[in-house]
Amino acid sequence: MKSNSLPVIDVAGLIKRYVEVLAVNDISFQISNGELFGFLGPNGAGKTTTINLLTGLARLDAGTINIGGIDCTNNPKAAQHLVGVVPDESNLYPELTGFENLTFCAALYGIRKNERQTRARELLDTFGLTDAANRKFAGYSKGMKRKLTFAAGIIHQPPILFLDEPTTGIDVASARQVRQIIAELHRKGTTVFLTTHYIEEAERLCERIAFIVNGRIVRTDRTADLLQPVKGKNVLLLSVSNGEAKLSEEMTSAFPGYQFQSTTSGQVRVESAEPVSVGPLVRFLEERGIQVTEARRHLPSLEDVFVQVTGIEAGLMMKEKEKAGGGGNQ
Amino acid sequence: MRRWIAFWSILVKDMRSYYLKPPNISWGIIFPLAWTGMFFIRSGSGLESVLALLPGVMTISILFGTTSMLAVTITFEKRSRSFERLLLAPISLEILMLAKTSGAIFFGVVNAFVPIVIAAFLADLSGIAWSLVIPAIILIGIASTFLGLFIAVSVSEVFEAQTFSNFFRFPMIFLCGLFFPIMSLPVFIRPLSYIFPVTYGVDILHGAVNGEHIMSFTLDFLILGGFCIILFVLSLRNIKRRWIL
Repeated sequence: MKSNSLPVIDVAGLIKRYVEVLAVNDISFQISNGELFGFLGPNGAGKTTTINLLTGLARLDAGTINIGGIDCTNNPKAAQHLVGVVPDESNLYPELTGFENLTFCAALYGIRKNERQTRARELLDTFGLTDAANRKFAGYSKGMKRKLTFAAGIIHQPPILFLDEPTTGIDVASARQVRQIIAELHRKGTTVFLTTHYIEEAERLCERIAFIVNGRIVRTDRTADLLQPVKGKNVLLLSVSNGEAKLSEEMTSAFPGYQFQSTTSGQVRVESAEPVSVGPLVRFLEERGIQVTEARRHLPSLEDVFVQVTGIEAGLMMKEKEKAGGGGNQ
Repeated sequence: MRRWIAFWSILVKDMRSYYLKPPNISWGIIFPLAWTGMFFIRSGSGLESVLALLPGVMTISILFGTTSMLAVTITFEKRSRSFERLLLAPISLEILMLAKTSGAIFFGVVNAFVPIVIAAFLADLSGIAWSLVIPAIILIGIASTFLGLFIAVSVSEVFEAQTFSNFFRFPMIFLCGLFFPIMSLPVFIRPLSYIFPVTYGVDILHGAVNGEHIMSFTLDFLILGGFCIILFVLSLRNIKRRWIL
């Protein structure tokens, strides 16, 4: 689905402070009708707070919010009928079954009994949860809970969907299924606002991405345009023993066509416009007593752009990924 | 129409999830029984005192039934974040909270009828002015529920809600004329009685059951209604201020 240029979400100068913490600092963006817009940043960057402000779960300190042509700045309830929300944590009722949870959520949007039951069955089938339909939500696995929470967010077929870290903490297969469903919703014309700290997920799904760090948007662009500077670059990652940092200058003069960068994870990143020759580099390092344990060609991606723009090392995001225990990236 | 579908669904869900659970049904029956038995034993009086005790036992049953349930249900849903799902629904906060409290009001009203049913076997209830008792029970139920709501939305934890509830409930038992006439209280304590909503409900019930009341029924109903409105408005304000940060 190609998005048209009409902004369906228009946010300007959003500010939110929690006591001493400036959670959202002067954020502005527009999302077109049918667009899949990504909000990419590390944990604590302000992604969830932004969603809470847009959906009425938090009060803004300054700024304006317009959703679907409705000014929601002072009345966040005004556009709630247009919006579906999949929060970062499951918030369904543990004592209800999967089917009951979905029909209850549909009823909250005023959907009549027959329609909500049909819709619930359809979604249980879409998410592969039909067999668990009559089991209590409390007994679901983490992945199943996440999928049912997603289903509850779209039970009323909202034209605008807010997804807060939809694949965090779930298994690979479930994450893949959730991504397929997001892509399908987008194809059918749903406007999607997706927050994630999985860089590859954002790259794969989003048409446009905003990088958010410490409550500020540091860059917003079309995914293709963000990737433009790293396109065609050759990158080699060398895993080395200690001591490479002080050789950086020597290496630059020995290999003038290459750019070198040491990372905190004990790697040397070699970047060049031409293909990188591994042999001379390895020999050079080994002659100086540095052992090369691995040489790996790296395809430049959005991760490189993110590191460049935000100054946040990809390793940090990886650690968050591991902490979340999820399959979001596969 | 859409908002009433949501209202009804929230009410039915709460009834099934909380109020119609066997432990709560048994609580609703055992609690008034225990109170009635306790006062009979304590007073040492016979069956002739059933009518004198009835307004107090009915009120206590409503008060404890409603406030205990709300302290758990609202606070628990806030903690488990399922309350957020309700806040995201396109219904006004007023409708949402009315739906959340209707179950408790119903539960409180049903609780009030347990001592009435018991009393029907022990005493002659033909002299009771039911046209006053029924609206009084409903209004006490609403006021107690909204008091419970006010407490539940003022705290974060279930145990805090229970503790805070007792802070109101136990002084009420002794100061609202439930079992001791307000006029028999020391003069300097008497004004305290009039800050509790149930005082006015109990006055109506005493008048309707035993023919003894301090204020006019109209004034009692008006003040009790006023308490309902104030407590509901304060609770909504607390939700907006404390829960939608």
